[in-house]
Parts: sequence; C-alpha cells; structure tokens
Amino acid sequence: MTFLPKALLIVAALGLAACNNPDRYGKGGAGGPGANGGYGAGGIDSTGLGDPNNPNSVAYFNQRIGDRVLFAVDQSTVSAEGRGILQGQAQWLQSHPDYAFIIEGHADEQGTREYNLALGARRAAAVQDFLISQGIAPSRMKTISYGKERPLEVCSDEACYSKNRRAVTVLQMGAGA
Amino acid sequence: MSKLHALATAFLLGMLAAVQPANAELNIIIDSPVIEPMPFAIPDFVDEGGAGDYAQNISRVVAADLAGTGLFREIPREAHISRVTSFDAPIAYNDWQAINAQALITGAVQASGDRIVVKFYLFDVFTGQPLGEGLQFAGTPGTWRRMAHKVADAVYSRITGEGGYFDSRVVYVAESGPKNQRQKRLAVMDYDGANTSYLTDSSSIVLAPRFSPTGGQILFTSYASGFPQIYLMDVGSLGVRALEQQDGTMTFAPRFSPDGGTIVFSLERGGNTDIYAMDVNGGGLRQLTNAPSIETAPSFSPDGSQIVFESDRSGNQQLYIMPAGGGEARRLSGGQGRYGTPVWSPRGDMVAFTKQNQGRFHIGVMRVDGSEERLLTSSFLDEGPTWAPNGRVIMFTRESAGAGGSAQLFSVDITGRNLRQITTEGAASDPAWSPLLK
Repeated sequence: MTFLPKALLIVAALGLAACNNPDRYGKGGAGGPGANGGYGAGGIDSTGLGDPNNPNSVAYFNQRIGDRVLFAVDQSTVSAEGRGILQGQAQWLQSHPDYAFIIEGHADEQGTREYNLALGARRAAAVQDFLISQGIAPSRMKTISYGKERPLEVCSDEACYSKNRRAVTVLQMGAGA
Repeated sequence: MSKLHALATAFLLGMLAAVQPANAELNIIIDSPVIEPMPFAIPDFVDEGGAGDYAQNISRVVAADLAGTGLFREIPREAHISRVTSFDAPIAYNDWQAINAQALITGAVQASGDRIVVKFYLFDVFTGQPLGEGLQFAGTPGTWRRMAHKVADAVYSRITGEGGYFDSRVVYVAESGPKNQRQKRLAVMDYDGANTSYLTDSSSIVLAPRFSPTGGQILFTSYASGFPQIYLMDVGSLGVRALEQQDGTMTFAPRFSPDGGTIVFSLERGGNTDIYAMDVNGGGLRQLTNAPSIETAPSFSPDGSQIVFESDRSGNQQLYIMPAGGGEARRLSGGQGRYGTPVWSPRGDMVAFTKQNQGRFHIGVMRVDGSEERLLTSSFLDEGPTWAPNGRVIMFTRESAGAGGSAQLFSVDITGRNLRQITTEGAASDPAWSPLLK
C-alpha cells in the first residue's frame, strides 16, 4: 500500500474544499475567507449575508427563521420549539430550491470526545430526519458532527452549554441540487 | 523520525544482563500501600573521551526519569562524599552509606564521531554488591536522551521487578487558539515532553492519534476532507492515507489490534454509531456491533481476543466487553455515573476509563471483570487515558474550565500516586503512549 505524501493529500483536500468542503471552521474548508459569502474562519458571523429584512436572504434564514435548534443535556430529540424553527426552515427551503445545506451537530464540553462526536451526529440526524419529513429532498443536505470541538460560547456554565448543544443549518449559496 | 529505529544497542561488560528479578535488599514493591521513595545517588557520569556535556546530561536525565516516578528520591550531588572519577574503580560503599543512599548508579560516556557509548553499573549500597551486570548502549549523539532513558529503564526494572517505560514516545494533539476556534495538530514527543516534533499543520481539526504496536504508524481522525474520517500516517515518511470513506458517514475512534493487522473504529451513519473493523491494508470491512445506541471507543485486549468499548445502550455510557469478531457483550461497569473511553492495559489485567459523576470527571481503573474500580483523579475535565508500556502509569488530558480554559497532559500511577503535569510546548490533549522503543 502506498502512502500519499502529506502535501499531496492536503492539496487534494484544498482542491475539493472550494466546492464542497463542509468544514467551515477549517482553514482549508469552505469557511475560508469569502468562500461562503463572508463567514469568518472560526465563529458564526452573519453580517454580509444580506439584509435580514429581505426574506430571500441568508441573513433572513439565519436570524428571522433561526438557523439552529438547541437540545437538552445528552439528548437528541428535537423540542417543540425546535420543531417550530425547523418547520420555518423547511418552508423557506421549499421556496428556495437553489440552496443546499449542511447540518452541523454540536455538543457541550461535558462529555468525552468520542461520545460527543457521536452525540453531535445524532443531533444533526434528528434535524435531517425532520426536514426530510417536511418534504425537503435528502439530496440537498449533508450532516457533520463537531462533537465538542467548536463551542459557540466559551464559559463553563449551563448558560453557555445550553447554546452549544445545537444543530445548525448552514446554507450553501448557489450549491443547490 | 528515522532515528526511532536507528539506535543500536550493544550489551557488553561481561555477560549479557537480562532483566534481573529484584533482590530482597534493593527492592520497591510498587503496590505497597505506602511508598517511601528510595534514596539514590547518581554522580555525573565519567567522561571517557570526547563526551563533553553528554556525560552530565545523560546522568541528569537518568536521575529525572527515576525521581519522576515518585518511587525514588535523588540525594543531591552536593551531599556526595565520594567522587567517582573512574568507571571501574572500587566503590567506597561507606561513603554512600553515610549519606543514606540505598542505590548508587555510576556510568561513563565515550563519544567519537557519530557514535556515543554509554555504560553504567547499579549498586546496592547497603549489601555492598552490584545489582545485575554492567550494561552498555551505543548510538548516534542525537539519541543521547534515549540512551539515558534506557539506563533508567534498566535501573527501574532491576529494582521494581517491572518493565520500564522511559524509552518511549507519546503522540498527542497540540492545541492553540481560543476555545471556540481551537487549532489542532498532531505532535510527538518523548514520554517526558522532550524532543517535540509536529506531524501535521493546523489546517484541519485532528483528534485522538494512536500508535501502532510497533510505533511505526499512527491512526488518527481528521476533518481534512471536510468530514471526520480516520487516517493512517507512516511515522517515517509522514505519508498519510484515508482509510474508510463512504458518503454520508463519519469514521472516528480508531485503534490497532495487538498484531497491527486490524483497525477497529466507529462508523456513524444516519446518526447511529456502531463499531467496525477493517484490515489495515484496506478491505475486509466488517460490522461488530449493530444497535441503535452509540457504540464507540473500542480497544483490544492484549491477546487480541476481545474488545472493550463504551455504549449507551442501557440509557447512559457504560463499558462492555465483546469477542473481537463481534457478538454478545457483557457489561463491565456497574457504579454510579457514566463510563467512557476504555483502554485495555498492556498487561491485560485492567481497563482504564474516563468516568463522569456528579459534575466531575475522573480517570479510573478496574479489573477486567469489573471489580476493584479505583478512581485515580478528579477534576473539572479529565479524559482519555493511555497506558505506559509497562501498565503502571497512565497519561491523560486535563482541561481547565471557563473561557480561558486549556488542555494539558498529566500522568498518574495506577496506585493513584504521583500525579504530574507533563511539560509540553503549548496546550495539549489526547495523548497516546507508544510501546517501549527497541
């Protein structure tokens, strides 16, 4: 078995990244400067994604509808409030068929690394299943888990943990199926 | 990295000294309820030609290795009465008895060109006898710390009757940047934090590297493709190849079988995580668990016949053991709280784990029948134990709380004694200990 030189592997990954790398946190990923209409490399910054008063904008989706649902400790069941948000997402996605999207699952830091990766995947899949049940084509969506690797809030209290236990629907501009 | 394999060892000075059983006089029983560290003296090694700083540096590393176990206490050199100026001169035992040294280590170093030779004797001061034969190691100057570790391993083995662990390396994740934007890259260091080198850059998140049984390969998880996937790195060339890629799946938590031929790992599909195995050369993918719960963190028994793993099939994380080919699992953990990241000890008798209970994290060990659970640590966040090659010491990640929190590596004896932070160049997590180097 031959080993790809590391440099080649990274070049290959970068080559792919321009079109479909979902890891918007990685330097080589779609989160790189400008790759997704103005995401920063590390945080979620929705400025530059359009006017939130324009119902066709990504900013409207992210802020007015809500791009994320939150979960209880160690749970992956979508709450009643979460279902309301996802119904709003589904309606918007129905009327904007050009958008594909990634569903990111995240966990808070109160757990082991491997378990939290699996838990994040459960949360992303719960959102995926719900959106499919609302009639969104599975071909438009992918899931990724970050486990506890990318907290949104950095304190070590429930106030932060509750925001970190999340699944975020990240639109991919112009990449729709 | 090729120097990992470059050290030539030679055994001279009369007969080959195999690891000697500890004798009755100079002996530490590590499992004793109370340990009074054994006082030892190690004069600077004698320069037998061209050794320069190596003579003192090597003896200092030997001293640090031994004292770092918590089982030995060095008597400061200023207190020495005798001077050792010739490697083969008779030992003035009275002088060493007078300062209450129980063990005495003398040595000499010779260097010429690209070759350095280190030899040592270990003496039982109170019986006035050498403990074991003299031993000699030879290698290139760049391996001087390894030769020091080999001397310390031999001393440790002769006195404790246990295998050594100083001549080993640790692969880990070097961390930088703020908590919500952590940059991670693979790094490898000597067990004591020296000789750090970096194996990847920080362009992608990398997690949980694991050495192969020979130390020549490293398994890890990376987001390089955009999704978490398992990769195999050749330590010599740093070449990397992806192992198992299926659209819509995530693979993680890889680990080698003891013969190095099989990789066991977690594969997630549609939100459900199960344990799979595959041949290290690709192919032979087989599913070992099939449950709607999370099955992850698999680790082989040293004989390769069983796998310990974690599952939340009972409602929360617990430890289970199943045959290496899959099949019915028996539950191992039974106490309060959640148990994860089990790792089978190299001696086969124990499993180390992470436990969460009442808002605290612990590193613990238990016997493979689930008995004698013992928690070794307690903090805001301890996780991810890895075993020293001799099964006596565990290294793990400790992360501090809050916005400024960061991860560091710690080690602790399986007795719960000697908790120590490993000095790394920056923040560090996910350590994995290599086997003892050859």
